[in-house]
Amino acid sequence: MSGGVDSAVAAARAADAGHDVTGVHLALARNPQTYRSGARGCCTLEDARDARRAADVIGIPFYVWDLADRFHEDVVDDFVAEYAAGRTPNPCLRCNEKIKFAAVLDRAVALGFDAVVTGHHARLGADGLLRRSVDLAKDQSYVLAVLRRDQLDRSIFPLGDSTKAQVRAEAAERGLAVAEKPDSHDICFIADGDTRRFLAERLGEAPGDIVDARTGAVLGAHSGAYAYTVGQRRGLALREPAPDGRPRYVLSITPVSNTVTVGSAEMLDVSEVAADRPVWTGGPEPDGPIECEVQLRAHGEVVPATVEVAGGRMLASLRRPARGVAAGQALVAYRPDPAGDVVLGSATIGTRD
Amino acid sequence: MAYMDHAATTPMLSEAIEAYVAAARDVGNASSLHAPGRRARRTVEESRERIAAALGARPSEVIFTGSGTESDNLAVKGIHWARRDRAAGRNRVIASAVEHHAVLDSVRWLEEHEGADVTWLEVDAQGRVPVEALRSALDGAGDQVTVVTAMWANNEVGTLQPVAALAALAAEAGVPYHTDAVQAVGQVPVDFAASGAAALSISGHKLGGPTGVGALLLGRDVPCTPLLHGGGQERDVRSGTLDVPAIAAFAIAVEAAVKTQEETAGRLSALRDDLVSRVRQAVPDVVYNGDPADRLPGNAHLSFPGCEGDALLLLLDAQDIACSTGSACSAGVAQPSHVLLAMGADDDRARSSLRFTLGHTSTGADVDALVAALPGAVERARRAAQRS
Repeated sequence: MSGGVDSAVAAARAADAGHDVTGVHLALARNPQTYRSGARGCCTLEDARDARRAADVIGIPFYVWDLADRFHEDVVDDFVAEYAAGRTPNPCLRCNEKIKFAAVLDRAVALGFDAVVTGHHARLGADGLLRRSVDLAKDQSYVLAVLRRDQLDRSIFPLGDSTKAQVRAEAAERGLAVAEKPDSHDICFIADGDTRRFLAERLGEAPGDIVDARTGAVLGAHSGAYAYTVGQRRGLALREPAPDGRPRYVLSITPVSNTVTVGSAEMLDVSEVAADRPVWTGGPEPDGPIECEVQLRAHGEVVPATVEVAGGRMLASLRRPARGVAAGQALVAYRPDPAGDVVLGSATIGTRD
Repeated sequence: MAYMDHAATTPMLSEAIEAYVAAARDVGNASSLHAPGRRARRTVEESRERIAAALGARPSEVIFTGSGTESDNLAVKGIHWARRDRAAGRNRVIASAVEHHAVLDSVRWLEEHEGADVTWLEVDAQGRVPVEALRSALDGAGDQVTVVTAMWANNEVGTLQPVAALAALAAEAGVPYHTDAVQAVGQVPVDFAASGAAALSISGHKLGGPTGVGALLLGRDVPCTPLLHGGGQERDVRSGTLDVPAIAAFAIAVEAAVKTQEETAGRLSALRDDLVSRVRQAVPDVVYNGDPADRLPGNAHLSFPGCEGDALLLLLDAQDIACSTGSACSAGVAQPSHVLLAMGADDDRARSSLRFTLGHTSTGADVDALVAALPGAVERARRAAQRS
């Protein structure tokens, strides 16, 4: 229970369904004052208090579990290391994979609990298939697709059939004070939302070149390649405009040479995506090419594609090019379905060759 | 429900509830001059006399406060300020390392914000302050010390401190000695005059009275600067309208707790010993912390190797057994107890501890419930600890 409206309603619904529910708030900050403050966050003392009040109203026991060390190692350190390696990580996905449905789930199971209930917006029905929420704007199946079968088998997502508006209305009806609490958007462990500075403080200044993808010419300088993301256009501070006068975008980041490569919008187009460490939960691993849809970043567009497994990697041939495909993000394959698109599998996008 | 957290708070005695309700129905500010005011004043003064008589103090030595925490803050900060300002170069506080946070954090605050020098008295493996430690801390430095503070009985592990010996050493050096006796009254004999202490803190809700009231027994000649300024109701050392119903109930509870202390101690220590020996049978590697004999009769503080205290607490709570990890929370997260660490325990042992404290409503059925639930809980908590 983060202290937000979703987990509060999820807990209430699980209790109504007859489960013996215990509320758990995760203390993730080694020093709570350094994490985001105010009502937007998931890590503050205020949020712990909101979660406790929600548990009181629902009538369930409530505890705070200290997972600060695990969170720091598995999520925060990983976040910094991924940027240092020229990739763009998704810490919420990593937190699901390593904390909520791993460290928390393992501890819960050892203590005698059967499952972890969360307020994620996704559907997980009796068929065991993970599907998009009915509320496509709030759908979180993308950051849950990394979960393995054994993790999903011990997960309950009571909110997947409701829209966010319905969840808020229900919270108000239930007398939960968090009904109107704003959604959290930013990365919970970056207090001021300034990711670039957060990384600079941990990785230090590392000046290098910004080079033209076509000519190899040095167009500018950067103070740390980790500050750039594939598809980024702003903040490049190039010395001169491109000959054609059109904007240039970050195409790739190469940690070894510490260079940021830029080029035209067209050069961002990607038609083939290779991703590592696939997890298949929508059925067995496919033994040949399958037609499906893929999503390449959180809240990103959905693209029809042919997906197959080769050499232990997930390969997707996109029917139309996608832009802003960044290494480190997830490639999630969905099967369109009127009852909610089904997650077939997920893998981590590799560096562009 | 097996309630085994009487050191956190214990149910109010029915005679205290009656005294509270009777006074709460009445009107009158004890500082007012009219008849209702005089009636309230009379209740307060009778209560003051009751508490003084029960604890070996003079009525004028009883200063009512809002809590044990306030009493501790008033004694430590108030005596330090007053004596620091009366002699140049006198700026040192001597405190035991196992104090309750009400004392511990007051001393730390004086150190960080008021520039006080602090000598922390280390403890032995049982959590007891060696008398020699105070002797050497005071040796030749008595005129630089404002106050010595060491609790009567430890709230976590239950160990009793050699209060009379510590007070005598402090008196010899001419330094006021304060003792936090919040856990002691009603459990062990407490006599203010006989103890030799200059100041002694007590709290209402730890002995069958209401929450929100406490007292500082403060010798007439001990200088003390107020924390709260205002009407000067309590000897000009403490201001604030007196809470007549709470004071009336508090006094009744102190009197009852002291009157039944010997019988309570005999009953609770037998029950506690039974608890410890049966837990030992059920969980053979359990560690019994603190002094096995010279301790609070209702206190059993146990470490369960390979377990986390919070996991055990959750599992016992689910079976309607209420106990404590005995340590302070920071942001809702249990920190390893400074008491256990001061006793030489490592982080793991400190985190694997639970405190069971018995009180006037405890019965053998509570111990039965604990002994039935504990082995399963320990097994699960161990499994959980291995996974993390």
